[in-house]
Amino acid sequence: MLNNVGRPTQPMETDDNMVTVETFTGNHGLALETPLIFEQGVPGRVGVDMEEPAPVKSRLGNLARKGEIGLPDLSEPQVLRHFVRLSRQNYAIDAGFYPLGSCTMKHNPRINEKVARFSGLGDLHPLQPASTVQGALELIDSLAHWLKTITGMPAVAMSPAAGAHGELCGVMAIRAAHEAKGETRLRILVPESAHGTNPATAALCGYKVDAVPARKDGRMDLEAFAAKLGPDVAGVMLTNPNTCGLFETEVKQIADMIHEVGGYFYCDGANLNAILGRVRPGDLGVDAMHINLHKTFSTPHGGGGPGAGPVVLSEALAPFAPLPYVVQGEAGFELLETRHGLAKDSFGRMKGFHGQMGMFIRALAYMQSHGADGLRQIAEDAVLNANYVRVGLNDMLNSPFDGICMHEALFDDSTLKGTGVTTLDIAKAMIDEGYHPMTMYFPLVVHGAMLIEPTESESRETLDQFIGAMRHLLERAKSGDVAYFQGAPHFAPRRRLDETGAARNPVLRYSPSTEEEKGTAAS
Amino acid sequence: MRYMPHTANERKEMLAKIGVGSVDDLFTDIPEEARLDGLLDLPLHQSEMAVEKNFRTLAAKNLSPGDVPSFLGAGAYQHHIPSVADHLIQRSEFLTSYTPYQPEISQGTLQALFEFQTQVALITGMEVANASMYDGATSCAEAVLMACRVTRRKKALLSGNLHPHYRDVTSTTLQYTEFETATLPARATDVEDFTSLIGPDIACVVVQNPDFFGRLQDFSALAEKCHEAGALLVVVVNEVISLGAVKSPGEMGADIVAGEGQSIGVPLSFGGPHVGLLATRQKFVRQMPGRLCGQTVDQNGKRGFVLTLSTREQHIRREKATSNICTNAGLCSLAFTIHMSLLGETGFTELAALNHSKAATLADRLEKIDGVEILNDSFFNEFTVKLPTEAATVVEKLAARRILGGVPVSRLIPEQPELANLLLVAATETCTETDMNAFAAALREVL
Repeated sequence: MLNNVGRPTQPMETDDNMVTVETFTGNHGLALETPLIFEQGVPGRVGVDMEEPAPVKSRLGNLARKGEIGLPDLSEPQVLRHFVRLSRQNYAIDAGFYPLGSCTMKHNPRINEKVARFSGLGDLHPLQPASTVQGALELIDSLAHWLKTITGMPAVAMSPAAGAHGELCGVMAIRAAHEAKGETRLRILVPESAHGTNPATAALCGYKVDAVPARKDGRMDLEAFAAKLGPDVAGVMLTNPNTCGLFETEVKQIADMIHEVGGYFYCDGANLNAILGRVRPGDLGVDAMHINLHKTFSTPHGGGGPGAGPVVLSEALAPFAPLPYVVQGEAGFELLETRHGLAKDSFGRMKGFHGQMGMFIRALAYMQSHGADGLRQIAEDAVLNANYVRVGLNDMLNSPFDGICMHEALFDDSTLKGTGVTTLDIAKAMIDEGYHPMTMYFPLVVHGAMLIEPTESESRETLDQFIGAMRHLLERAKSGDVAYFQGAPHFAPRRRLDETGAARNPVLRYSPSTEEEKGTAAS
Repeated sequence: MRYMPHTANERKEMLAKIGVGSVDDLFTDIPEEARLDGLLDLPLHQSEMAVEKNFRTLAAKNLSPGDVPSFLGAGAYQHHIPSVADHLIQRSEFLTSYTPYQPEISQGTLQALFEFQTQVALITGMEVANASMYDGATSCAEAVLMACRVTRRKKALLSGNLHPHYRDVTSTTLQYTEFETATLPARATDVEDFTSLIGPDIACVVVQNPDFFGRLQDFSALAEKCHEAGALLVVVVNEVISLGAVKSPGEMGADIVAGEGQSIGVPLSFGGPHVGLLATRQKFVRQMPGRLCGQTVDQNGKRGFVLTLSTREQHIRREKATSNICTNAGLCSLAFTIHMSLLGETGFTELAALNHSKAATLADRLEKIDGVEILNDSFFNEFTVKLPTEAATVVEKLAARRILGGVPVSRLIPEQPELANLLLVAATETCTETDMNAFAAALREVL
């Protein structure tokens, strides 16, 4: 989830007494700079050796490329060093606490990486004959079994490539189900606190999005919801636990109410981590739910992807699932790749080939490592950790909603009122303390929101130190040290960046002329 | 459980601090009748050693293309991945970071994305590229949606020589929107057959180069026809290495390029994750889907990078966004950038030449077999072979001899039975003389 909605940073004039020591190279000890790859290289160098092509008569027609492409030539050690230096300008869960709410930044086990690279798994071609990939199809079938058991749902569509892609799958299945009954329904109900992907997905399926307000206790307003229900409502998209970190206590009534008007219940499964082994969405009346394998099952995030978003489906929606299906036939596992037989009502194909196999392997390894006992422990420790942070801070920060939270603790910015320090400033100061900031300004229904998701991976010592650091920062903000916050971060590879300028004058690729003009090329 | 640090005693103390008696007290918001008391009906936790063994067992049930002569393509290609690329993407700082929303501590990911965007723009001959899509097929669908927004028209014409998955993903994605697609039959000649169809209602024409059957075409004339009619030309490239040898879509006048970048740095992985490429002209940038990384400066005037133009995206615009995409193919785009950096101009063009040479050599060899006909006038590293019998049966027989001898066209286009004898055959730099000989000998045997 994005955490700086509508709040682009702009560098400010600050009087923060930070002394910058200039060096000849621009490096500062272990803080090593590297120019763009295009500013390095000498024509004729190469980082890959290969055999000389056998001379052949060209079969390219008259289409041989003429002229240069403009790629720089570098040797292998130069490329290695460049990307190692770049890597060191990134924060990462392996290096420190990453309490980014709604994103489930948990430990990424390395056994998952190892098995995903096994010969016979990572190097399979998607269009090999089925007889040569029985192990791969068994693996997909096995992962499907785990996902169905965890959620208590009868079917799962494996191909969606990410959470938002899974939402698209679920909502398309809903639309296909209505159309199969000869019904045209136009509206989808989406709570105001929903992730932005929910309304964007509904729109892509041709639905009008009707926002349902939240109640004072952070749950969807059931009266407002009831008032919006009608025969033109295709379904509801509800995140549960919701984006305020709260379980929707009336989820079963919500399911009954939407079913009563002939609509379907789409559950955004972004926060599944909180309820693993404690409750099954299938027992709550859910018709479709995507599962972010890169969140709950740690596949990992990789700087923004790739992910995977399989969608579990109820009996009512299962016939419309996208192609392909893995099925068990007489000769073993098969792939059903066209609209025939079991797949005759499928709404179509969402992705090339069969889904994010690399993520399936990692997720299954993660599930097998945990087992039924470990999965339940995940939910318990994730919720325990979030509540521990909540009680550690709730005398200094205001929780907009009372009581126990699920896997993330939500605070507003009322405590900062009058200090001149904002949620954004606190986030940037957290960077100086060695943390990745929490999610900020989301959900939109809470003013200056700070959404903290510690996950089950973190030890008590880490949480104690974090709570201590947050308390220190809040004291400092209240003491009037505005300049310190507005100048933060001081110790990151970059100070605050001019995001407004970047959007006004988009420079989206390297070109030598731009660099000369700006004089920003690294020396 | 090795991944969770709390001891039973710590849990007890933490619960006391929270002010509850037991962990069950944290889950009382769940309706009582739905709460699970016992464990799910799944196996218990396993050691790392046991898990590793499970996957070895599964892997052993598959035939790895790396172990046998393999000529599979049709949108996914076996290439050598330099060790440096796979090593670097496993660096903690790349592997275990999130989307770079806090630019001060994400410059590594951001600068690499900026380099990725530049590389993609350069090889496609376009002005700008985004920070990746899920894969080539979804990128194609997004390109069509984008063309509809740019032209404010509602209909897309898809070539019958487009990869069938790209065609199906595009029509599936558009089916509930106000936009529609129409597809020509497979093996039609794109440039001639399209011309009469491009009317004032057409938003874009989608073609592929090399096309699904491996043929190369110059779409410059088609681009002109599109532009005269106010439509855009979308060019799909799913063997990206071809761009090292073949005239780029940009030079042909393409308005949007939708590509699959798997061939550079990304393992086959049974079809995913791969990396979708999307490139276009600067003037259309505000209609692009997906993340964009832009250059800027920080408070001290140092060059830095940020995600930008996010007012196009779902987290700001919600139902009015250009796309619902959020997570993309981040780490795969990094692998692409690293591999492309290793290749450079010299290596990329050499690799393309090597691929073409291998395929041309193989084509010569297969053509000598009785009853085997190469249908392509032109190709890059993949071509269509006409066999005297059904290709699917031949492929099974070859697999029994431990040779992965190409992709039968019928697997992807079952609805046109007249194509049942056609086989797609690809040869990349991984293909050796011994592999080619083994393939030719086995094909002679099974025909």
